Amino acid sequence: MPNPSKYWREIPQRYRLEAGKCTKCGFIAFPPRLVCPQCGNRKFEKTKLADSGTILTFTIIRVPPHQFEDQAPYAVGIAELDDGVRLTAQIVDCDSGVLKIGMRVRIEFRKIYEEGAAGVIYYGYKFVPA
Amino acid sequence: MAGIVGYGAYIPRNRIKVEEIAKVWGADAPGYKKGLMLEEKSVPSPDQDTITMAVEASKNALKRAGIDPKAIGAVYVGSESHPYAVKPSGTVLAEAINATPEVHTADLEFACKAGTEGMFIALSLVQVGAVEYGLAVGADTSQGAPGDALEYSAAAGAAAFIFGKDKVVAEALQTYSFTTDTPDFWRREYQYYPQHGGRFTGDPAYFKHITGAAEGILAKAGMKPADFDYVIFHQPNGKFPFRVGEMLGFTKKQIEPGWLVSKLGNTYSASSPLGLTATLDISKPGDMILIVSYGSGAGSDAFIFRVTERIDEVKALAPKTRDLLDKNKVYIDYGVYAKYRRKIRKAE
Repeated sequence: MPNPSKYWREIPQRYRLEAGKCTKCGFIAFPPRLVCPQCGNRKFEKTKLADSGTILTFTIIRVPPHQFEDQAPYAVGIAELDDGVRLTAQIVDCDSGVLKIGMRVRIEFRKIYEEGAAGVIYYGYKFVPA
Repeated sequence: MAGIVGYGAYIPRNRIKVEEIAKVWGADAPGYKKGLMLEEKSVPSPDQDTITMAVEASKNALKRAGIDPKAIGAVYVGSESHPYAVKPSGTVLAEAINATPEVHTADLEFACKAGTEGMFIALSLVQVGAVEYGLAVGADTSQGAPGDALEYSAAAGAAAFIFGKDKVVAEALQTYSFTTDTPDFWRREYQYYPQHGGRFTGDPAYFKHITGAAEGILAKAGMKPADFDYVIFHQPNGKFPFRVGEMLGFTKKQIEPGWLVSKLGNTYSASSPLGLTATLDISKPGDMILIVSYGSGAGSDAFIFRVTERIDEVKALAPKTRDLLDKNKVYIDYGVYAKYRRKIRKAE
């Protein structure tokens, strides 16, 4: 039985990188939280993450979960976006040997995976070389 | 006057050369290269489809338009390769660019002219004042049957246009459409690959409809070919646009800036729209541009645009189409292409 509700709930984050910014201390929570982990404040305003950043670290996945088998080997990395937020995502369109810590990346809208040939197609963000 | 407020393009980075396809099928590569003026074509990555390319092209259009996406009242995606049979591509696009929920959305399908159909509808809604801004996208990851002539050209790309009445970069002076029932190319429900009528796709199809639409819009506007700086015709192969241009009295010089097909392939619904983005990239204020699409089945949409002073402010705000075409590309072999395009039968 397909279960699209979890994906649907995450659409603002997966499609538009919507985050919560603490109205008191400015902490940016992605995904959004109810309580600020820095100051305990419960009020957040909506903000959008920066759409480019710098690779802090990465790894190459060679034994992937079954939904990602066709893509292996593929890179997953953490980038520090230009607003200071650290984000984990796949790194694509990047030739081996080019991928380096410190490399500039930007965010592109891509297909993440499909629930088989008949299920929902899940979209979201990935990093590509800037 | 209503017109284009922002425009954007997207082309995936993978390319396959005509020789690589011809090698597998024992076909004559020099013949295709010379006869159809095709050298290579774009191929989408496995994580790219009509929706992802439509989103990226639209984001580029938004950068040039500089408008609040919530002001977009209509979103149309024209494609013959919508990822879902039932569930609109336009809903994902509208959500991704933050135009929801106060927006009218529809998916269009008309072979290679679904993109200009969206442009026609979005522009018309802006002209009558039903919406402030309208977004129209032509996007395709088209498939040709393995070994078929179409496999050498069927490519992937997207072009997006935001129409409005203020901040216009190209005023829409005239529109014209020309449509008949002509079965030159089709794909039945549940069929994976399209079929076509071979040489029948030429004279009674492509040439009749493009000349019909071009002559119609010129008569309606009281203009002649020499009045235009640039012209873009649908590009199913390299040869057809030049031949139809010659039939109508346009020169190579008017066609070349928007002629992308030899290095890009036929991006179907994005074909003439991408030619328009490439032409806007090099245009100057006051330039006159004619675009005539063609979609099998069959019909052509024609538009006359006059470029405004604002063009110089927006060109550099998003990637230029020629740069997307010429930079950062990677060549793949037929095996990788077959995997990417899901032409290999795998275990369930």
